[in-house]
Amino acid sequence: MRETIGFPRALLFYYYYPAWRAFFESLGQICVVSGETTKAVIDSGIKVTVDEACLPVKAFHGHALSLSDTCDRVFVPRLVSVEKKAYICPKLMGLPDMVRQNCSGIRRILDPCIDMSRNSRAYKREVYATGRLFTGNGRKIHAARERAKQTYQAFAKLLQGGLAPIDAMTRLDLLDTPGDNGSRSSLGISTPAKAENNRPLVIGLLGHPYIIYDSFLGMNVMERLRLMGAHVVTMDMLSPQVIEQEAAKSKKRVFWTIGRKLLGAGYYFLKPGIVDGCLLMSSFACGPDAFIGEFLQQESIRSERQVPFMTITVDEHTGEAGVLTRLEAFIDISERSMLR
Amino acid sequence: MKLTFARLGNLHIAGKAIFEALEVDVVLPPPPTKRTMSLGSLHSPEFACLPLKVNIGNYLEAMEKGANTIVMVGGIGPCRVGLYGEVQRQILEGLGHDIKMVVVEPPQGRLSGVLRQLRELTGAQTITQYIKAANIGWRKLTAIDALEKLALKVRPFEESRGDVSSALNTALMLLDDADNPKDVACALEKGKTIIEVCHKKDDSDRPQIGIVGEVFMVLEPFVNCEIEKCLGEMGVVVHRSIYLSDWIMEHVVKDAFRVLRKSKTPYELAKPYLCHFVGGHGVETIASTVDYARQGLDGVIQIAPFTCMPEIIAQDLLPTVSRDLGIPVMTLVLDEHSSGTGVLTRLEAFVDLVQMSRSSRR
Repeated sequence: MRETIGFPRALLFYYYYPAWRAFFESLGQICVVSGETTKAVIDSGIKVTVDEACLPVKAFHGHALSLSDTCDRVFVPRLVSVEKKAYICPKLMGLPDMVRQNCSGIRRILDPCIDMSRNSRAYKREVYATGRLFTGNGRKIHAARERAKQTYQAFAKLLQGGLAPIDAMTRLDLLDTPGDNGSRSSLGISTPAKAENNRPLVIGLLGHPYIIYDSFLGMNVMERLRLMGAHVVTMDMLSPQVIEQEAAKSKKRVFWTIGRKLLGAGYYFLKPGIVDGCLLMSSFACGPDAFIGEFLQQESIRSERQVPFMTITVDEHTGEAGVLTRLEAFIDISERSMLR
Repeated sequence: MKLTFARLGNLHIAGKAIFEALEVDVVLPPPPTKRTMSLGSLHSPEFACLPLKVNIGNYLEAMEKGANTIVMVGGIGPCRVGLYGEVQRQILEGLGHDIKMVVVEPPQGRLSGVLRQLRELTGAQTITQYIKAANIGWRKLTAIDALEKLALKVRPFEESRGDVSSALNTALMLLDDADNPKDVACALEKGKTIIEVCHKKDDSDRPQIGIVGEVFMVLEPFVNCEIEKCLGEMGVVVHRSIYLSDWIMEHVVKDAFRVLRKSKTPYELAKPYLCHFVGGHGVETIASTVDYARQGLDGVIQIAPFTCMPEIIAQDLLPTVSRDLGIPVMTLVLDEHSSGTGVLTRLEAFVDLVQMSRSSRR
């Protein structure tokens, strides 16, 4: 039986879609990705969620709703944990329940529970249980899992090489589905040319992937910084070892996977001589970012503010002009610190 | 060493008893005021949850009184409270305070770490002294809960407004002064009598409202704008879903001694609406609401600090619970800007609504 599975282009889509797609395609299913985030998508998400939910969660609802007519199932994983003793965010743990109750228009939700906080046994079981929805053949599921793993590794390599997730997915030919015809060029951010005689300004960009890589939520921040002449480095371009090593400086281990990544990358960026400015882009009322931001702020003060550090908070009311002005000011300050 | 810890409802009475039994100098933060809130919010991250801000205020005010060591609990996530200790330490150090922060991590079945930390705090003490301290602490804790529970029951029937609240205060003061188990039992009995005499002869049927939500917000009257008192004085019988002793039994004692199984009931009750642990008190909020609806209460109020992640999930799901089980539910999201008057207005409106739905059911 061939089914169409819809993938909302939101939250951890930006990290795991390649693996998910490889898995379900190997099992003979059709994968469809929702279009890029637009005002209309956000608005439909806002209508069904509580005010207090964060912008990315609202956007996720909008994306899920946009898939409800065309797909047999919408993929809303319960992403509890992707590594030992760490979680992602409580909101992702309750996401399938929220989507199920808020979006009555969605016929069926595919919600595997991904939890590796204790060990990977439960996760493996869940993968096979999900595969069994589509095939009775255990070997096929095993093969699909292997392909998913390979695809994910190839994807992760591209990310570390400096590609933004959407570009990496395009490179791997994973996004040729209706809904993103040509529009991806707006996020077409490739590795910038090598530094010439006078080196370009280097900006370390921090933020949850679903903010900084989403052209609408993150207001194309990478593209904008590049147009202003900066070379942008994100946490995904750093080696996991560097991040782990820096994050370990925290007296208490940060128990959010992405939070720890942000902290490690942030500590690294704030060391003098790595980047000329460090920018944290965060969603309004983001729980983990409130704390990570404070850690970085304190680190910035301790290092006597040698590296300019700024936080930009976005929500559904944020105007582009305001963000642009702040980015320009930040670039000016970073340039000054570079010349110093 | 002068030890302090953040305030949470009346927990300080038990906390003080425990540390004093261990011969530690305790400096309690003064009862929270507007100043506590301002100090706390001034130095905390904007989007941190309210408990963190009030804690910071408590610490700063206790330090003004001479405290130099802070003890608090840790955690393993995903709720932010697990990182409170580290954030607070960095904030206080950033302000230039020389303070020792002792963060007691959940034992997860291994008590040795906790004991080592306690030893460090108290100087070597004999095991009998620890047992004695735990004994008096636990007795005071259960006594506090019993008195508060009784006050909730009597308050809607009090002779004149404020009687029960001042009786409760007197009772708690007696309890605070008791320094051995026998005196604690005595103080409890005396306290109960003081509260009970406020009950006037009136057995009319009163609306019943349950309070659910995040632990700190439910237990600390200062941050929830004295919701229990307000509702009680409107003639509502309040049911509180969280009591300190239950909470400590479930999350501290059962965590230390793994032979005692944690209760699965909340997960079963919440199942149709929320099928997975989401950190903090999210599942319990849904479960208590379901439980209250089944018990036939007339309404439920959820209290959450602004930006609390687990409570946002619960808040998102509560309308479905409310619709399915036919119980009015209101959510109060509070932060440092909330005003008692604003909350009171909303409570009055909610009580009106509850009373209307009660009379229409009859």
